[in-house]
Amino acid sequence: MRRERRSVTGSEQVGPYTLLRVDRGGLDPGLPGQFFMLEAPGRVLPRPMSVCVAAAGELGFLIDPVGPGTRALCALGLGERLHVLGPLGNGFDLEVERPLLVGGGIGIAPLPYLSRRLARPPAILGFRSEWHAEAAALLPGAEVCIEPAYVTGLLPEEPRDVLACGPEPMLAALQALVPDAQLAWEAPMACGYGACHGCAVEIGGELKRLCLEGPVLRAA
Amino acid sequence: MLLNASGCLDALAAPDVARSLDAFVTKTITPEPRQGNPPVRIAETDAGMLNAIGLANPGRRAFLAETLPRLRALGLPLWISVGGFSASDYAETCASLEDVDAIELNLSCPNVDEAPESAAAIVAACRAATELPLYAKLSPASWDIAEAARAVESAGADGLSLVNTLRGLALDERTLRPKLARGAGGYSGPALKPVALAAVYACAAAVGIPIVGMGGVRTGLDALELIAAGASAVALGTVLFAEPAAPARIRAELAAEAAARGLADPLAGRGLAHSSLQTSVSKRDNRQRKVPGNKPKVTA
Repeated sequence: MRRERRSVTGSEQVGPYTLLRVDRGGLDPGLPGQFFMLEAPGRVLPRPMSVCVAAAGELGFLIDPVGPGTRALCALGLGERLHVLGPLGNGFDLEVERPLLVGGGIGIAPLPYLSRRLARPPAILGFRSEWHAEAAALLPGAEVCIEPAYVTGLLPEEPRDVLACGPEPMLAALQALVPDAQLAWEAPMACGYGACHGCAVEIGGELKRLCLEGPVLRAA
Repeated sequence: MLLNASGCLDALAAPDVARSLDAFVTKTITPEPRQGNPPVRIAETDAGMLNAIGLANPGRRAFLAETLPRLRALGLPLWISVGGFSASDYAETCASLEDVDAIELNLSCPNVDEAPESAAAIVAACRAATELPLYAKLSPASWDIAEAARAVESAGADGLSLVNTLRGLALDERTLRPKLARGAGGYSGPALKPVALAAVYACAAAVGIPIVGMGGVRTGLDALELIAAGASAVALGTVLFAEPAAPARIRAELAAEAAARGLADPLAGRGLAHSSLQTSVSKRDNRQRKVPGNKPKVTA
């Protein structure tokens, strides 16, 4: 892991979300599904964000302004600087034969970068509203459903290597349906590097640190 | 001397961060393994953070057999944080430890239900069980912390670690329900600094044993203030979460802040906050037990 002070190179509205771009500097974008801790201006703790897009010389993060830290990140302007630490955690295993990307809501964040690395496999995305679904533009060609329809209703009959990120109920449903799926989970984190024990989730009947064991875990 | 606050760093997960400290303090070890509290376990607040980890640890047996040998391989001075629910819990763990630099007795975890016996009784039991340096970590949530400090000093403590977190509560802004699964948690971060300063200041005037000051340290000046209040070592907690490289930065800032005040080294500023006590503090230095794990360049 490496921590650098980087500059904001872009901040675009994507539905309710903000795609925040920073210049990459000496940071390695890591594997899709890995994450960075972004300094949230005026806050005590940084916020964990997976890489959404990794254009040359940049890192882009899709951020949902749900609290004071994410709102501060979404409010950053061009040229403003923030510390960025990463890449952290374990990303998706890219050695898959028939990939299918599945995303829900802000959980689509790691999928554009993952899609690029896997040469644009099929994708299905679920959103809460038409407004939220504007973020599907980040993944051209994806099949999209809006609540009350769910992504589980769009899963194809034939077996697929599912790589997914989304809200817990979506991941839990996929876990039951697709035992070998790779699922990217989320948990509140103070540090992202194993120091705080805050991000514990139950893995195999034990509470383990998601930042070190995940955030991408096999369903079974 | 810079340490981490117990539970704020995993030296095996981040060895380079641990090596940037003068000694590594483990997460608290209890006799039996503990999964800790269910998630959600942490929440940020406007001026700090809450945690309710709940003493998650592999238990004494697995710690001694598996974790401790791996920690030794890092080649760092080690402080072992010891916890429990009775004086004998603490004493048995102390008796099982050898060849470490110090033991810190966690007498003040705000995140477990069982109330331990009085701090002094636990220190006395541990004193009888080990000759290793014993540091008593006290809660700032007592009306007269100096009295607690005098009691553990009399019971045989070699030093104090001040302070643990304060109990706090945060509510979710939409549901108005507690953010943490456990409800309340331990409050740390910048807001704790004045509380820590007050505790160190009061205890330095009350006892002669060395004090590790901690609570909300973010800068070298914060560290120097704790030293001026009477600490002879400083531990970093919440700042490590946001900034793994904080120890090197704070060490450099501390040296610069001391030099800017004409001090030969940071510890030359020890006790400066006590205008009337300064003489007695420096007198005490002569008989003060050496803080274990101290590096020569910053030894008082």
